[in-house]
Amino acid sequence: MSELDHAQTTRHISVTVNGTVYERDVLTRTHLGDFLRQELGLTGTHLGCEHGVCGACTIILDGQPIRSCLMLAVQANGATIRTIEGLAQADGTLHPVQEAFWDKHGLQCGFCTPGMVTTLAAVLEADPTLDETAIREAISGNICRCTGYETIVDAALQAASRMRGDH
Amino acid sequence: MGARYFGAAVKRLEDPKLITGRGQYLDDIAMPGVLHVAVVRSPHAHALINAIDTSMARGHAGVVAVLTADDLGEMARKPMPMMAPAPMVKTPLTQSPLAHGSVHYVGEAVALVVAESRAVAEDAAAMVMVDYDPLPAMVDLAHALNEGAAVANQALQSNLAGTLKGGFGDVAGVFSKAAHVFKESLSLHRGGCHAMECRGVMARPDPSGNRIDIWSSTQSPYMVRRALALCLGMDEASVRVTAPDVGGGFGPKAVVYAEDYAIPMAARHLGRALKWVEDRGEHFVATTQQRDQLWELEVAADAQGRMLGVRGHCLHDNGAYLPYGVVLPVTSMSSFPGPYALEALEISIDVIYTNMVPNTPVRGAGRPNTCFVLERLADRVARELGISREDVRRRSFVQVSQFPYETGMKARDGSPVSYDSGDYVQCLDLAVAKFGSDFKARQDKARAEGRYIGMGIASYVEDTGLAPYEGATIRVQPNGKVLLLTGAAAQGQGHKTVFAQIAADQLGITPQDITVEAGDTSLFPLGIGTIASRVAVTGGSSVHMAAVETRAKAIKVASQVLEAQEADLVLEGGFVKVSGTDRQVSLGQLALMLHGNFGQPLPAGIAPGLSATAFYEARQTTFANGTNLCEVEVDIETGAVKILRYVVAHDCGTLINPMLVDGQIRGGVVHGIGNALFERMIYDENGQPQTTNYGEYLLPLATEMPRIEIVHMESPSPRNPIGVKGAGEGGTIPAAACVISAIEDALSPFHVRLGSHPLSPQDLVELIDRG
Repeated sequence: MSELDHAQTTRHISVTVNGTVYERDVLTRTHLGDFLRQELGLTGTHLGCEHGVCGACTIILDGQPIRSCLMLAVQANGATIRTIEGLAQADGTLHPVQEAFWDKHGLQCGFCTPGMVTTLAAVLEADPTLDETAIREAISGNICRCTGYETIVDAALQAASRMRGDH
Repeated sequence: MGARYFGAAVKRLEDPKLITGRGQYLDDIAMPGVLHVAVVRSPHAHALINAIDTSMARGHAGVVAVLTADDLGEMARKPMPMMAPAPMVKTPLTQSPLAHGSVHYVGEAVALVVAESRAVAEDAAAMVMVDYDPLPAMVDLAHALNEGAAVANQALQSNLAGTLKGGFGDVAGVFSKAAHVFKESLSLHRGGCHAMECRGVMARPDPSGNRIDIWSSTQSPYMVRRALALCLGMDEASVRVTAPDVGGGFGPKAVVYAEDYAIPMAARHLGRALKWVEDRGEHFVATTQQRDQLWELEVAADAQGRMLGVRGHCLHDNGAYLPYGVVLPVTSMSSFPGPYALEALEISIDVIYTNMVPNTPVRGAGRPNTCFVLERLADRVARELGISREDVRRRSFVQVSQFPYETGMKARDGSPVSYDSGDYVQCLDLAVAKFGSDFKARQDKARAEGRYIGMGIASYVEDTGLAPYEGATIRVQPNGKVLLLTGAAAQGQGHKTVFAQIAADQLGITPQDITVEAGDTSLFPLGIGTIASRVAVTGGSSVHMAAVETRAKAIKVASQVLEAQEADLVLEGGFVKVSGTDRQVSLGQLALMLHGNFGQPLPAGIAPGLSATAFYEARQTTFANGTNLCEVEVDIETGAVKILRYVVAHDCGTLINPMLVDGQIRGGVVHGIGNALFERMIYDENGQPQTTNYGEYLLPLATEMPRIEIVHMESPSPRNPIGVKGAGEGGTIPAAACVISAIEDALSPFHVRLGSHPLSPQDLVELIDRG
């Protein structure tokens, strides 16, 4: 088979995204980011570089922050995914990381924000005791051209504090 | 009525949808039936096109069309209009929407492949066979004017597009009498836009062919409309351009690009909605870049270290075309003499064509370049005379008693450049005070321990609030809520929030009561664009003027309704009230009244609608200023630079929202740090770009960036009704100069002299070894 014949190959997958189970036939070459955006209409996940460096496309897959541009949709078969659209509660209550981004001016253009927020939500849910150095390390794979990162770090520190219940 | 929201750190109105993934960036807009476009781009820096064979691509399943310049009519083959015409350029070159006959940089758009999906379009783009005849490429700025140098375009006799000359005073006299004259060779390197959202264009023609809707990830939707209406021969009312949520701009998105023309042309040609979204690889070769300049300069100083004069020459690379005319070298030129009260200046700038990506403003435009060279000269004077870098600046600055200060230079319209207000010495002193006085002791101690820390300093003045105008409409609706319409769209700056803050105070409501719509040419008649740190001044003043007029109208009508004196009325909580009584009428009721009803005349002398439209015309420029200080540590074994502290003292006049201004400053500084240490757009000798992904082209990351400590001064501008000055680029302008100054200071024991950026660890290790 030629490369372009492979481009027509499809597989059936089932993924749970933000609590909803989706069954789809997908082209095997479709990456997960395109699948979420184009097939499921979840355009909150942004594609910034599509070579795995900028982190804008980060989603939470089985609890881990991963780059949806570096994974094929078929590889996500059976996985449970949270995207930026699934972080707030059903009643609209924001995730502490979202709330903190608003409070601390952690975003300007907002394009890197879904990836930043999902990355931080995943790492802080796993460990809300992270300090500034660890937070900077955690987002070192997320590029922001607008903020200079400081207010994102401040937002993460506020969110961590709230997630620890410090208030 | 005192200000309540103006000046406050109001949380942004923009944020709730953006933090929950409900933003609508260009690629997020649902468009049933849309076809996807991939652009075939030149793989050569300079070549003739002999033929284009599209047959194989056209035959590929899922491909709808493959379009070249020959398919889209004469306008697709004609050079696009220069966005800022430059009569001084003898051979003005701009590219055509699709290349016709020749290409002049790697990445130039040659053909469009239209398909049912982007993936299929990309597959087929690889099947478009273009027969090129490669020509020698010009990528060597230093030798671009040498005899026998390759020319960047066969239409040229020489790579020189033109020469700008500027200056004032008795240069020869000042240099001959000066106690000291020092020479420097300095250079700056280009970087890119790197907005996290790449560019994109979507176009949907009306079935009748008489209208077209265009969405573009642009800073200037009105410029796109103007360009397309002229090009397509359509009424402006029939060309609707919308800038949806835009994921960063930083200057390059202010250009009307080849794709902004070609995609709507192709959509009309096919009668189909089309979408093209730039991918990151394309962004490196098809979105404008900036900063390559080579300088030879001399500075004259008196015995006390006061700078008296500067003269010099610059080779400015503008890439393959002049999409924005010579606006870059013009901003470099007009940024002299910076904050310094020079007696004489003589600068010439040769604008050079090369076979690299065309240049247009990137955050700061030509200003960071001029700041870098002036600040290097100031540091040189300090070092040679053995006085502090701060004192050279204090002594050389325009002094507070001199405002308004005519620098001797001319603005773009030929008028004298005149600084409006500020206190440059005090602003520097604020930065020094924040930085603390113990640095020298710590530096000595560190050196004794074998650690090399350094302090950097850079001062700047920035022209902001660029002419000609922006405008705004304020309209109170019958439900009491307020619509604020403007042409001044944002790419992350938070215009909606600050405009609502300005209007809320005048109307006695909250920012949340105001819906701001910007960047849709169907909603507001005219606009210019969000560039050059101009919107707080032009858009903000327009909003203020419209709000003041709306308020006056509300009071006038309410005085009739309430049978009260206008002087006794106040606007509060959405009502016009007779102060000291419980008599009131809501803004919504007044709006309902002024919207009118069948057969009922409006009150005499009152025009329909509780609304006003105002255009603020910037007839005089406002000038922000500031001084940055930073501390770095250089590892002399590895050449690694760590920025330990970064202090900004900044004066952009009256602050509308200090939280948002701080955000602009921080982001701007980090952009400048990127220029100083990380961002390298490398071309090989054939004009092939070598750094076209984020593994090769480094951007600042969270782990490397310092906290940025900000001190504000507020010297209101007397030149607009709200006293503001722009803040969008003031962070970037001095940052690279400040970091380089600090590295040189850290490495002073090794006699390392720095005259260029970016500096890599390898560069520094070599310089240390040589020193």
